[in-house]
Amino acid sequence: MADLHSLIAPGVVVEEHVAFTFTALCRASGADASQLQALVDEGLLHPAGCGPDDWQFSGNSLARARQALRLAQDLELGLAGAAIVMDLLAEIESLRSRLR
Amino acid sequence: MEFKDYYATLGVERSATQDEIKRAYRKLARKYHPDVSKEPNAEARFKDVAEAHEALIDPERRAAYDDIARRHASGQPFEPPPGWDSGFEFSGRGRGGDGTARGEADFSDFFESLFGRGGGGAEGMRRHATGPRPAQGADHHAKVTIDLLDSYRGAQRTMSLRMPIVDAQGRAMLKERQLEVAIPRGVRRGQHLRLLGQGSAGHGGAPAGDLYLEIDFAPHPVFRLDGRDVYFDLPVAPWEASLGATVQAPTPEGSVQLTVPPGSTQGRKLRLRGKGLPGTPAGDLYAVLAIDVPAALAEPEQAAWQALARAYPAFNPRAALEP
Repeated sequence: MADLHSLIAPGVVVEEHVAFTFTALCRASGADASQLQALVDEGLLHPAGCGPDDWQFSGNSLARARQALRLAQDLELGLAGAAIVMDLLAEIESLRSRLR
Repeated sequence: MEFKDYYATLGVERSATQDEIKRAYRKLARKYHPDVSKEPNAEARFKDVAEAHEALIDPERRAAYDDIARRHASGQPFEPPPGWDSGFEFSGRGRGGDGTARGEADFSDFFESLFGRGGGGAEGMRRHATGPRPAQGADHHAKVTIDLLDSYRGAQRTMSLRMPIVDAQGRAMLKERQLEVAIPRGVRRGQHLRLLGQGSAGHGGAPAGDLYLEIDFAPHPVFRLDGRDVYFDLPVAPWEASLGATVQAPTPEGSVQLTVPPGSTQGRKLRLRGKGLPGTPAGDLYAVLAIDVPAALAEPEQAAWQALARAYPAFNPRAALEP
């Protein structure tokens, strides 16, 4: 690994400036291919393009994929259960913001 | 090193069955999971609960822990016994294979001194290290807490990262390193920064992995964040709210003169367009009016309120409560 002490690493905002291929999102999120495929099938992630080789995932897919994996593992929900929880959390959040 | 009472963390007896431990964990995990919980300190509580579960749910680990706990209870200070690692052969149950995704050094030093870095991450790296094929280094995740002004102005942060590396013998260990990170203007809570090539080193000539930093904000005494919008409470006197006034108000970038319109009520939001977090579009800054009522201790002050009462003979603040 290069000596990085003198360098300043520029942080790029993933949600705004990054798109992922299927394999890049697997690596970044820690999901394996079948898990990521399941997240697409559950409708949690919406890649552009046709088929895994062509898919492009938006930057916010990273946070969504990681949250789904955390919920699935920590609460032993499975990815389908995690998908329901995330839909409900999003609904709660939108109701809360209407109260403000 | 501090001894951790894993049974107390889960709220179970030392004699609890594996099923009881599992049930206690599930209940607490639902309560404190940071993705669903609104409890204060949910993240820290969940981490403790997950660590206790990880230590106790595996019978081998639990037996080893109970042995240490017995010695601790008899008053001996906690020290991991020499040769601990070689004395016990753990069957290598990972943390669900998600070790790299969950970030480095999830569990406490206490846990790791007993059980090592039991994690899918380290094992995954060992596989990579010995595998014949070139493999890109693993991506890593960490959190960084910044101040509100860091997002307004952009900032540089020196971060200490503990990264798992693989030594010449193929063993995974943690190495600390410093990294200077440029935080871009306008970054918001929950967003992620990607630092190319700052993850684990690659193998066989393949490129290094990337480092992802999740952005959190340190709580600010005055300003609150909601996405790219920023809120603060602006205290006003009753007559300022009623008659209107021009008041001095803080913004993250310095104070401004703010016009409170006549007839303002408690909780009214005054918008300073584009004065929230910078970006395209920039967020807005909202002053939320909070009417502050002065105490009426002296006679002239009381007379003033009495005059006010006489001026509003028909005013009934509880009209909405009447049947």
